[in-house]
Amino acid sequence: MAFNLIARLGDYTLSRVNYVGRMGQFLIQALLAMLTPPIKIWRVIKRIHFIGWQSMTVILLTGGFTGMVLALQGFHSLRRVGSEAFLGPLVALTLIRELGPVIAALMVTGRAGSAITAEIGVMRISDQIDAIELMGLNPMRYLVVPNLIAAIISMPLLAGIFDLVGIYGGYLVGVKILGLSPGTYFGEITTYLDLDDILGGLYKALSFGVIMAWICCFKGYNTHFGAEGVSRSTTEAVVLTSVLILVWDYFMTAAVF
Amino acid sequence: MIQIEDLHKSFDSHPVLRGLSCEVKKGEFLALIGMSGSGKSVLLKHIAGMIRPDKGRIILDGHDLAKIRGRELEALRKRFGVVFQQGALFDSLTVYDNIAFPLREKLKLRESEIRERVHRQLEAVSLKNAEDKYPAEISGGMAKRTALARALITEPEIMFFDEPTTGLDPIIANSILKLFKSCHERFGFTGIIVSHDIPEVFDIVDRVAMLHEGVLIKAAPPNEFRNSEDALIRQFITGSTEGPIQAN
Repeated sequence: MAFNLIARLGDYTLSRVNYVGRMGQFLIQALLAMLTPPIKIWRVIKRIHFIGWQSMTVILLTGGFTGMVLALQGFHSLRRVGSEAFLGPLVALTLIRELGPVIAALMVTGRAGSAITAEIGVMRISDQIDAIELMGLNPMRYLVVPNLIAAIISMPLLAGIFDLVGIYGGYLVGVKILGLSPGTYFGEITTYLDLDDILGGLYKALSFGVIMAWICCFKGYNTHFGAEGVSRSTTEAVVLTSVLILVWDYFMTAAVF
Repeated sequence: MIQIEDLHKSFDSHPVLRGLSCEVKKGEFLALIGMSGSGKSVLLKHIAGMIRPDKGRIILDGHDLAKIRGRELEALRKRFGVVFQQGALFDSLTVYDNIAFPLREKLKLRESEIRERVHRQLEAVSLKNAEDKYPAEISGGMAKRTALARALITEPEIMFFDEPTTGLDPIIANSILKLFKSCHERFGFTGIIVSHDIPEVFDIVDRVAMLHEGVLIKAAPPNEFRNSEDALIRQFITGSTEGPIQAN
Protein backbone atom coordinates (compact mmCIF):
# COMPACT_ATOMS: atom_id res chain seq x y z
CA MET A 1 0.00 0.00 0.00
CA ALA A 2 2.71 2.46 1.11
CA PHE A 3 4.94 1.27 -1.72
CA ASN A 4 2.11 1.81 -4.20
CA LEU A 5 1.61 5.34 -2.93
CA ILE A 6 5.32 6.14 -3.25
CA ALA A 7 5.35 4.67 -6.77
CA ARG A 8 2.39 6.83 -7.81
CA LEU A 9 3.96 9.89 -6.24
CA GLY A 10 7.15 9.11 -8.16
CA ASP A 11 5.21 8.71 -11.41
CA TYR A 12 3.42 11.99 -10.85
CA THR A 13 6.68 13.82 -10.05
CA LEU A 14 8.37 12.38 -13.13
CA SER A 15 5.46 13.37 -15.37
CA ARG A 16 5.54 16.94 -13.98
CA VAL A 17 9.30 17.21 -14.48
CA ASN A 18 8.85 15.87 -18.00
CA TYR A 19 6.12 18.46 -18.65
CA VAL A 20 8.28 21.34 -17.41
CA GLY A 21 11.09 20.02 -19.60
CA ARG A 22 8.80 20.04 -22.64
CA MET A 23 7.76 23.60 -21.83
CA GLY A 24 11.39 24.65 -21.66
CA GLN A 25 12.17 22.85 -24.92
CA PHE A 26 9.21 24.60 -26.56
CA LEU A 27 10.53 28.02 -25.47
CA ILE A 28 14.01 27.27 -26.76
CA GLN A 29 12.61 26.07 -30.10
CA ALA A 30 10.46 29.20 -30.37
CA LEU A 31 13.39 31.52 -29.56
CA LEU A 32 15.62 29.71 -32.06
CA ALA A 33 12.93 29.95 -34.75
CA MET A 34 12.57 33.65 -33.89
CA LEU A 35 16.27 34.25 -34.41
CA THR A 36 16.42 32.32 -37.69
CA PRO A 37 15.05 34.00 -40.82
CA PRO A 38 12.68 34.17 -42.55
CA ILE A 39 10.32 35.96 -40.19
CA LYS A 40 6.71 36.19 -41.34
CA ILE A 41 6.56 40.00 -41.16
CA TRP A 42 2.93 40.30 -42.26
CA ARG A 43 1.83 37.78 -39.62
CA VAL A 44 3.84 39.67 -36.99
CA ILE A 45 2.09 42.92 -37.93
CA LYS A 46 -1.30 41.23 -37.72
CA ARG A 47 -0.44 39.83 -34.29
CA ILE A 48 0.77 43.24 -33.06
CA HIS A 49 -2.60 44.58 -34.17
CA PHE A 50 -4.34 41.78 -32.28
CA ILE A 51 -2.25 41.70 -29.10
CA GLY A 52 -1.33 45.39 -28.95
CA TRP A 53 -3.84 47.61 -30.70
CA GLN A 54 -6.95 45.61 -29.83
CA SER A 55 -5.95 45.60 -26.13
CA MET A 56 -5.90 49.41 -26.02
CA THR A 57 -9.43 49.86 -24.66
CA VAL A 58 -8.91 47.53 -21.73
CA ILE A 59 -5.48 49.07 -21.02
CA LEU A 60 -6.84 52.63 -21.11
CA LEU A 61 -9.71 51.75 -18.79
CA THR A 62 -7.73 49.71 -16.27
CA GLY A 63 -4.77 52.10 -16.40
CA GLY A 64 -6.96 55.15 -15.79
CA PHE A 65 -8.86 53.65 -12.89
CA THR A 66 -5.76 52.10 -11.30
CA GLY A 67 -4.11 55.55 -11.26
CA MET A 68 -7.27 57.13 -9.88
CA VAL A 69 -7.69 54.66 -7.05
CA LEU A 70 -3.97 54.87 -6.24
CA ALA A 71 -4.28 58.63 -5.95
CA LEU A 72 -7.40 58.40 -3.83
CA GLN A 73 -5.93 55.84 -1.40
CA GLY A 74 -2.49 57.42 -1.49
CA PHE A 75 -3.75 60.93 -0.77
CA HIS A 76 -5.62 59.89 2.38
CA SER A 77 -2.70 57.74 3.59
CA LEU A 78 -0.10 60.46 2.92
CA ARG A 79 -2.26 63.10 4.60
CA ARG A 80 -2.01 61.15 7.88
CA VAL A 81 1.75 61.75 7.87
CA GLY A 82 1.49 65.20 6.29
CA SER A 83 3.12 64.21 3.00
CA GLU A 84 0.38 64.82 0.41
CA ALA A 85 2.96 66.55 -1.77
CA PHE A 86 4.46 63.15 -2.57
CA LEU A 87 1.25 61.89 -4.18
CA GLY A 88 2.72 62.30 -7.70
CA PRO A 89 5.84 60.19 -7.03
CA LEU A 90 3.75 57.62 -5.17
CA VAL A 91 1.39 57.15 -8.11
CA ALA A 92 4.09 57.32 -10.78
CA LEU A 93 6.63 55.04 -9.09
CA THR A 94 4.02 52.46 -8.12
CA LEU A 95 2.69 52.38 -11.64
CA ILE A 96 5.98 52.47 -13.55
CA ARG A 97 7.93 50.05 -11.35
CA GLU A 98 5.17 47.65 -10.47
CA LEU A 99 1.50 47.94 -11.30
CA GLY A 100 1.78 49.12 -14.90
CA PRO A 101 3.72 46.12 -16.24
CA VAL A 102 1.93 43.60 -14.01
CA ILE A 103 -1.69 44.70 -14.51
CA ALA A 104 -1.16 45.36 -18.22
CA ALA A 105 0.30 41.85 -18.63
CA LEU A 106 -2.58 40.27 -16.70
CA MET A 107 -5.12 42.17 -18.78
CA VAL A 108 -3.44 41.24 -22.07
CA THR A 109 -3.25 37.61 -20.93
CA GLY A 110 -6.98 37.58 -20.23
CA ARG A 111 -7.87 39.25 -23.51
CA ALA A 112 -5.30 38.13 -26.07
CA GLY A 113 -3.49 35.21 -24.40
CA SER A 114 -6.67 33.21 -23.95
CA ALA A 115 -7.59 33.82 -27.60
CA ILE A 116 -4.10 32.73 -28.75
CA THR A 117 -4.45 29.44 -26.83
CA ALA A 118 -7.96 28.82 -28.14
CA GLU A 119 -6.96 29.61 -31.73
CA ILE A 120 -3.87 27.36 -31.71
CA GLY A 121 -5.82 24.71 -29.79
CA VAL A 122 -8.56 24.59 -32.42
CA MET A 123 -5.87 24.35 -35.10
CA ARG A 124 -4.35 21.42 -33.21
CA ILE A 125 -7.57 19.43 -32.80
CA SER A 126 -8.66 20.06 -36.39
CA ASP A 127 -5.29 18.78 -37.74
CA GLN A 128 -4.31 22.19 -39.16
CA ILE A 129 -0.97 22.10 -37.31
CA ASP A 130 -0.30 18.58 -38.60
CA ALA A 131 -1.15 19.84 -42.09
CA ILE A 132 1.51 22.58 -41.82
CA GLU A 133 4.06 20.06 -40.52
CA LEU A 134 3.30 17.60 -43.29
CA MET A 135 3.86 20.31 -45.88
CA GLY A 136 7.44 20.22 -44.63
CA LEU A 137 7.02 23.58 -42.91
CA ASN A 138 7.77 24.49 -39.30
CA PRO A 139 4.50 25.42 -37.51
CA MET A 140 6.52 27.38 -34.93
CA ARG A 141 7.28 29.94 -37.61
CA TYR A 142 3.61 30.49 -38.41
CA LEU A 143 1.93 30.16 -35.04
CA VAL A 144 4.40 30.84 -32.25
CA VAL A 145 7.10 33.22 -33.53
CA PRO A 146 4.68 35.95 -34.72
CA ASN A 147 2.91 35.89 -31.34
CA LEU A 148 6.21 35.94 -29.48
CA ILE A 149 7.59 38.91 -31.43
CA ALA A 150 4.27 40.75 -31.24
CA ALA A 151 4.09 40.23 -27.45
CA ILE A 152 7.70 41.39 -26.99
CA ILE A 153 6.93 44.57 -28.95
CA SER A 154 3.41 45.20 -27.65
CA MET A 155 3.74 44.49 -23.95
CA PRO A 156 6.26 47.27 -23.07
CA LEU A 157 4.25 49.73 -25.19
CA LEU A 158 1.00 48.75 -23.48
CA ALA A 159 2.65 48.98 -20.06
CA GLY A 160 3.96 52.44 -20.98
CA ILE A 161 0.50 53.56 -22.06
CA PHE A 162 -0.96 52.05 -18.88
CA ASP A 163 1.56 54.09 -16.82
CA LEU A 164 0.83 57.35 -18.64
CA VAL A 165 -2.93 56.98 -18.41
CA GLY A 166 -2.62 55.93 -14.77
CA ILE A 167 -0.51 58.98 -13.93
CA TYR A 168 -3.08 61.17 -15.68
CA GLY A 169 -5.87 59.40 -13.73
CA GLY A 170 -3.94 60.13 -10.54
CA TYR A 171 -3.66 63.76 -11.62
CA LEU A 172 -7.45 63.99 -12.16
CA VAL A 173 -8.16 62.70 -8.66
CA GLY A 174 -5.24 64.33 -6.83
CA VAL A 175 -5.38 67.71 -8.51
CA LYS A 176 -8.87 68.21 -9.89
CA ILE A 177 -10.83 66.51 -7.11
CA LEU A 178 -8.65 66.60 -3.97
CA GLY A 179 -7.11 70.01 -4.61
CA LEU A 180 -3.37 69.29 -4.88
CA SER A 181 -1.51 71.78 -7.07
CA PRO A 182 -0.53 70.52 -10.55
CA GLY A 183 3.01 71.84 -10.08
CA THR A 184 3.47 69.79 -6.93
CA TYR A 185 2.02 66.65 -8.53
CA PHE A 186 4.20 66.69 -11.65
CA GLY A 187 7.17 68.51 -10.10
CA GLU A 188 7.69 65.83 -7.46
CA ILE A 189 7.37 63.13 -10.08
CA THR A 190 10.27 64.58 -12.08
CA THR A 191 12.31 64.89 -8.88
CA TYR A 192 11.90 61.31 -7.73
CA LEU A 193 11.53 59.37 -10.96
CA ASP A 194 14.75 57.95 -12.48
CA LEU A 195 15.45 56.52 -15.91
CA ASP A 196 16.25 53.22 -14.14
CA ASP A 197 12.68 53.07 -12.84
CA ILE A 198 11.31 53.43 -16.36
CA LEU A 199 13.75 50.93 -17.86
CA GLY A 200 13.12 48.43 -15.05
CA GLY A 201 9.39 48.60 -15.73
CA LEU A 202 9.90 48.13 -19.45
CA TYR A 203 12.20 45.12 -18.92
CA LYS A 204 9.55 43.60 -16.71
CA ALA A 205 6.85 44.18 -19.34
CA LEU A 206 9.05 42.66 -22.01
CA SER A 207 9.68 39.52 -19.96
CA PHE A 208 5.95 39.26 -19.18
CA GLY A 209 5.32 39.40 -22.93
CA VAL A 210 7.62 36.42 -23.43
CA ILE A 211 5.91 34.51 -20.61
CA MET A 212 2.44 35.25 -21.99
CA ALA A 213 3.25 34.21 -25.57
CA TRP A 214 5.26 31.18 -24.42
CA ILE A 215 2.67 29.68 -22.07
CA CYS A 216 -0.38 30.53 -24.17
CA CYS A 217 1.17 29.14 -27.37
CA PHE A 218 2.47 26.05 -25.55
CA LYS A 219 -0.92 25.27 -24.04
CA GLY A 220 -2.66 25.72 -27.38
CA TYR A 221 -0.03 23.68 -29.20
CA ASN A 222 -0.49 20.78 -26.76
CA THR A 223 -4.28 20.72 -26.74
CA HIS A 224 -6.05 17.37 -26.91
CA PHE A 225 -9.53 15.92 -26.64
CA GLY A 226 -11.79 18.17 -28.69
CA ALA A 227 -13.72 21.21 -27.55
CA GLU A 228 -13.32 20.30 -23.88
CA GLY A 229 -9.57 20.14 -24.39
CA VAL A 230 -9.53 23.63 -25.92
CA SER A 231 -11.51 25.03 -22.99
CA ARG A 232 -9.19 23.29 -20.50
CA SER A 233 -6.06 24.52 -22.27
CA THR A 234 -7.39 28.08 -22.37
CA THR A 235 -8.18 28.11 -18.65
CA GLU A 236 -4.82 26.53 -17.76
CA ALA A 237 -2.98 29.01 -20.00
CA VAL A 238 -4.56 32.06 -18.34
CA VAL A 239 -4.08 30.71 -14.80
CA LEU A 240 -0.49 29.53 -15.34
CA THR A 241 0.52 32.72 -17.16
CA SER A 242 -0.97 34.92 -14.43
CA VAL A 243 0.75 32.95 -11.66
CA LEU A 244 4.08 32.91 -13.50
CA ILE A 245 3.87 36.66 -14.16
CA LEU A 246 3.42 37.34 -10.43
CA VAL A 247 6.18 34.92 -9.41
CA TRP A 248 8.57 36.21 -12.07
CA ASP A 249 7.71 39.78 -11.05
CA TYR A 250 9.16 39.14 -7.59
CA PHE A 251 12.46 37.87 -9.01
CA MET A 252 12.64 40.67 -11.58
CA THR A 253 12.01 43.26 -8.85
CA ALA A 254 14.76 41.71 -6.73
CA ALA A 255 17.17 41.65 -9.68
CA VAL A 256 16.39 44.94 -11.44
CA PHE A 257 15.73 47.45 -8.63
CA MET B 1 9.43 2.51 -52.10
CA ILE B 2 8.19 2.32 -48.47
CA GLN B 3 9.29 -0.62 -46.36
CA ILE B 4 7.76 -1.11 -42.91
CA GLU B 5 9.52 -3.63 -40.70
CA ASP B 6 8.35 -5.02 -37.36
CA LEU B 7 6.61 -1.85 -36.24
CA HIS B 8 5.55 -1.63 -32.59
CA LYS B 9 3.72 1.24 -30.96
CA SER B 10 1.89 1.53 -27.63
CA PHE B 11 -0.04 4.41 -26.10
CA ASP B 12 -0.19 4.41 -22.28
CA SER B 13 0.89 0.75 -22.19
CA HIS B 14 -1.88 -0.15 -24.67
CA PRO B 15 -0.29 -1.77 -27.73
CA VAL B 16 -1.71 -0.49 -31.03
CA LEU B 17 0.84 -1.87 -33.48
CA ARG B 18 2.35 -5.25 -32.60
CA GLY B 19 5.11 -6.02 -35.04
CA LEU B 20 3.53 -4.84 -38.26
CA SER B 21 5.44 -5.31 -41.50
CA CYS B 22 4.37 -4.34 -45.01
CA GLU B 23 5.56 -2.71 -48.21
CA VAL B 24 4.21 0.03 -50.47
CA LYS B 25 5.47 -0.05 -54.04
CA LYS B 26 6.30 3.07 -56.04
CA GLY B 27 3.28 4.44 -57.89
CA GLU B 28 0.75 2.07 -56.36
CA PHE B 29 -2.46 3.06 -54.61
CA LEU B 30 -2.86 1.07 -51.39
CA ALA B 31 -5.94 0.92 -49.17
CA LEU B 32 -5.54 0.28 -45.45
CA ILE B 33 -8.66 -1.33 -44.04
CA GLY B 34 -9.57 -2.85 -40.70
CA MET B 35 -11.67 -2.37 -37.61
CA SER B 36 -11.60 0.92 -35.75
CA GLY B 37 -8.60 0.79 -33.41
CA SER B 38 -6.77 -1.77 -35.55
CA GLY B 39 -3.92 0.71 -36.07
CA LYS B 40 -4.56 2.03 -39.60
CA SER B 41 -4.34 5.75 -38.81
CA VAL B 42 -1.44 5.15 -36.41
CA LEU B 43 0.40 3.33 -39.21
CA LEU B 44 -0.33 6.18 -41.61
CA LYS B 45 1.02 8.70 -39.09
CA HIS B 46 4.18 6.62 -38.72
CA ILE B 47 4.73 6.58 -42.48
CA ALA B 48 4.16 10.34 -42.60
CA GLY B 49 6.77 10.78 -39.84
CA MET B 50 4.27 12.24 -37.37
CA ILE B 51 4.78 9.49 -34.78
CA ARG B 52 7.92 7.62 -33.83
CA PRO B 53 7.65 3.88 -33.29
CA ASP B 54 8.65 2.16 -30.06
CA LYS B 55 10.40 -0.44 -32.19
CA GLY B 56 10.81 -1.18 -35.89
CA ARG B 57 11.78 0.69 -39.04
CA ILE B 58 10.02 2.67 -41.75
CA ILE B 59 12.34 2.93 -44.71
CA LEU B 60 11.54 5.48 -47.39
CA ASP B 61 14.07 5.57 -50.21
CA GLY B 62 16.85 4.53 -47.85
CA HIS B 63 15.87 6.95 -45.03
CA ASP B 64 14.66 5.47 -41.75
CA LEU B 65 11.75 7.73 -40.82
CA ALA B 66 11.99 6.53 -37.22
CA LYS B 67 15.42 8.08 -36.88
CA ILE B 68 15.53 11.27 -38.92
CA ARG B 69 14.35 14.59 -37.50
CA GLY B 70 14.63 18.35 -37.91
CA ARG B 71 15.50 19.75 -41.33
CA GLU B 72 16.02 16.30 -42.84
CA LEU B 73 12.47 15.29 -41.89
CA GLU B 74 11.10 18.64 -43.11
CA ALA B 75 12.82 18.09 -46.46
CA LEU B 76 11.39 14.59 -46.77
CA ARG B 77 7.91 15.82 -45.90
CA LYS B 78 8.04 18.22 -48.84
CA ARG B 79 7.47 15.10 -50.95
CA PHE B 80 4.23 14.34 -49.08
CA GLY B 81 0.64 15.42 -49.58
CA VAL B 82 -2.08 14.66 -47.05
CA VAL B 83 -5.87 14.73 -47.11
CA PHE B 84 -7.08 14.61 -43.51
CA GLN B 85 -10.32 13.20 -42.17
CA GLN B 86 -11.77 16.66 -41.50
CA GLY B 87 -9.91 18.35 -44.34
CA ALA B 88 -7.67 20.37 -41.97
CA LEU B 89 -8.23 23.51 -44.04
CA PHE B 90 -6.95 26.74 -42.53
CA ASP B 91 -10.18 28.35 -41.45
CA SER B 92 -8.81 31.89 -41.59
CA LEU B 93 -7.96 31.51 -45.30
CA THR B 94 -10.25 31.32 -48.34
CA VAL B 95 -10.39 28.24 -50.56
CA TYR B 96 -8.04 30.00 -53.00
CA ASP B 97 -5.53 30.93 -50.29
CA ASN B 98 -5.68 27.46 -48.76
CA ILE B 99 -4.67 25.94 -52.09
CA ALA B 100 -2.09 28.64 -52.73
CA PHE B 101 -0.55 28.25 -49.24
CA PRO B 102 1.92 25.43 -50.08
CA LEU B 103 2.98 27.22 -53.26
CA ARG B 104 3.63 30.47 -51.41
CA GLU B 105 5.40 28.85 -48.48
CA LYS B 106 7.14 25.82 -49.99
CA LEU B 107 7.96 26.84 -53.54
CA LYS B 108 8.04 30.65 -53.22
CA LEU B 109 6.59 31.12 -56.69
CA ARG B 110 5.58 34.43 -58.25
CA GLU B 111 1.97 35.44 -57.55
CA SER B 112 1.01 35.25 -61.26
CA GLU B 113 2.30 31.68 -61.49
CA ILE B 114 0.53 30.77 -58.23
CA ARG B 115 -2.75 32.19 -59.61
CA GLU B 116 -2.44 30.15 -62.76
CA ARG B 117 -1.69 26.90 -60.93
CA VAL B 118 -4.40 27.40 -58.32
CA HIS B 119 -7.02 28.11 -60.99
CA ARG B 120 -5.97 25.01 -62.88
CA GLN B 121 -6.30 22.97 -59.70
CA LEU B 122 -9.65 24.54 -58.81
CA GLU B 123 -10.93 23.53 -62.21
CA ALA B 124 -9.64 19.97 -61.80
CA VAL B 125 -11.63 19.52 -58.58
CA SER B 126 -14.68 21.52 -59.83
CA LEU B 127 -14.35 24.33 -57.32
CA LYS B 128 -14.09 27.26 -59.71
CA ASN B 129 -16.97 29.16 -58.09
CA ALA B 130 -15.88 28.64 -54.49
CA GLU B 131 -12.44 30.23 -54.54
CA ASP B 132 -13.43 33.25 -52.44
CA LYS B 133 -15.35 31.26 -49.85
CA TYR B 134 -14.03 30.37 -46.41
CA PRO B 135 -14.00 26.73 -45.19
CA ALA B 136 -16.96 27.44 -42.88
CA GLU B 137 -19.03 28.52 -45.91
CA ILE B 138 -18.58 25.37 -48.02
CA SER B 139 -20.05 21.84 -47.81
CA GLY B 140 -18.20 18.77 -46.54
CA GLY B 141 -17.64 17.48 -50.08
CA MET B 142 -16.26 20.82 -51.22
CA ALA B 143 -13.96 20.91 -48.19
CA LYS B 144 -12.57 17.48 -49.11
CA ARG B 145 -12.04 18.60 -52.71
CA THR B 146 -10.28 21.73 -51.47
CA ALA B 147 -8.09 19.59 -49.23
CA LEU B 148 -7.27 17.35 -52.21
CA ALA B 149 -6.45 20.35 -54.38
CA ARG B 150 -4.20 21.78 -51.67
CA ALA B 151 -2.43 18.45 -51.19
CA LEU B 152 -1.89 17.97 -54.92
CA ILE B 153 -0.86 21.51 -55.83
CA THR B 154 2.83 20.80 -55.26
CA GLU B 155 2.56 17.50 -57.15
CA PRO B 156 3.78 15.33 -54.26
CA GLU B 157 5.31 11.91 -54.78
CA ILE B 158 3.41 10.32 -51.90
CA MET B 159 -0.19 11.04 -50.94
CA PHE B 160 -1.84 10.04 -47.67
CA PHE B 161 -5.62 9.96 -47.29
CA ASP B 162 -6.85 9.51 -43.71
CA GLU B 163 -10.52 8.46 -43.84
CA PRO B 164 -11.21 11.25 -46.34
CA THR B 165 -14.88 10.43 -46.89
CA THR B 166 -15.96 10.41 -43.24
CA GLY B 167 -19.13 12.41 -42.73
CA LEU B 168 -20.08 12.55 -46.42
CA ASP B 169 -23.21 11.05 -47.93
CA PRO B 170 -22.60 7.92 -50.07
CA ILE B 171 -22.97 9.70 -53.43
CA ILE B 172 -20.55 12.50 -52.57
CA ALA B 173 -18.20 9.98 -50.90
CA ASN B 174 -18.17 7.90 -54.07
CA SER B 175 -17.52 10.92 -56.27
CA ILE B 176 -14.63 11.94 -54.00
CA LEU B 177 -13.12 8.44 -54.24
CA LYS B 178 -13.41 8.57 -58.04
CA LEU B 179 -11.73 11.95 -58.00
CA PHE B 180 -8.83 10.43 -56.00
CA LYS B 181 -8.53 7.67 -58.61
CA SER B 182 -8.48 10.09 -61.52
CA CYS B 183 -5.88 12.23 -59.73
CA HIS B 184 -3.78 9.12 -59.08
CA GLU B 185 -3.89 8.26 -62.78
CA ARG B 186 -3.08 11.84 -63.74
CA PHE B 187 -0.30 12.60 -61.24
CA GLY B 188 1.05 9.08 -60.69
CA PHE B 189 1.70 9.53 -57.00
CA THR B 190 2.17 6.68 -54.55
CA GLY B 191 -1.04 6.72 -52.51
CA ILE B 192 -2.10 5.25 -49.18
CA ILE B 193 -5.73 5.59 -48.19
CA VAL B 194 -7.29 4.65 -44.85
CA SER B 195 -10.95 4.00 -45.52
CA HIS B 196 -14.09 2.34 -44.22
CA ASP B 197 -15.83 2.71 -47.59
CA ILE B 198 -15.98 -0.96 -48.45
CA PRO B 199 -16.33 -2.14 -51.16
CA GLU B 200 -16.22 1.29 -52.92
CA VAL B 201 -12.56 1.85 -52.07
CA PHE B 202 -11.69 -1.47 -53.79
CA ASP B 203 -12.57 0.16 -57.13
CA ILE B 204 -9.90 2.85 -56.87
CA VAL B 205 -6.85 1.07 -55.41
CA ASP B 206 -4.27 -1.38 -56.73
CA ARG B 207 -3.86 -3.28 -53.49
CA VAL B 208 -5.60 -3.64 -50.14
CA ALA B 209 -3.89 -4.23 -46.79
CA MET B 210 -6.02 -5.38 -43.89
CA LEU B 211 -4.91 -4.77 -40.32
CA HIS B 212 -6.28 -6.55 -37.30
CA GLU B 213 -5.20 -6.00 -33.72
CA GLY B 214 -2.04 -4.22 -34.77
CA VAL B 215 -0.73 -6.68 -37.34
CA LEU B 216 -1.13 -7.05 -41.09
CA ILE B 217 -3.26 -10.07 -41.84
CA LYS B 218 -3.39 -9.80 -45.65
CA ALA B 219 -2.15 -7.54 -48.43
CA ALA B 220 -3.46 -8.38 -51.89
CA PRO B 221 -5.28 -6.94 -54.92
CA PRO B 222 -8.94 -5.99 -54.24
CA ASN B 223 -10.32 -9.00 -56.11
CA GLU B 224 -8.59 -11.40 -53.74
CA PHE B 225 -10.34 -9.64 -50.87
CA ARG B 226 -13.68 -9.77 -52.64
CA ASN B 227 -13.32 -13.51 -53.17
CA SER B 228 -11.62 -14.31 -49.89
CA GLU B 229 -12.90 -17.30 -47.91
CA ASP B 230 -11.08 -16.15 -44.76
CA ALA B 231 -13.75 -15.84 -42.06
CA LEU B 232 -12.26 -12.67 -40.58
CA ILE B 233 -11.93 -10.89 -43.92
CA ARG B 234 -15.41 -12.00 -45.05
CA GLN B 235 -16.98 -10.78 -41.83
CA PHE B 236 -15.27 -7.41 -42.10
CA ILE B 237 -16.14 -6.88 -45.77
CA THR B 238 -19.76 -7.88 -45.37
CA GLY B 239 -20.13 -6.01 -42.10
CA SER B 240 -21.67 -9.04 -40.43
CA THR B 241 -21.99 -9.18 -36.63
CA GLU B 242 -21.50 -12.96 -36.77
CA GLY B 243 -17.93 -14.22 -36.98
CA PRO B 244 -14.52 -14.14 -35.32
CA ILE B 245 -14.57 -10.34 -34.83
CA GLN B 246 -16.49 -9.34 -31.72
CA ALA B 247 -18.41 -6.07 -32.16
CA ASN B 248 -18.01 -3.91 -29.04
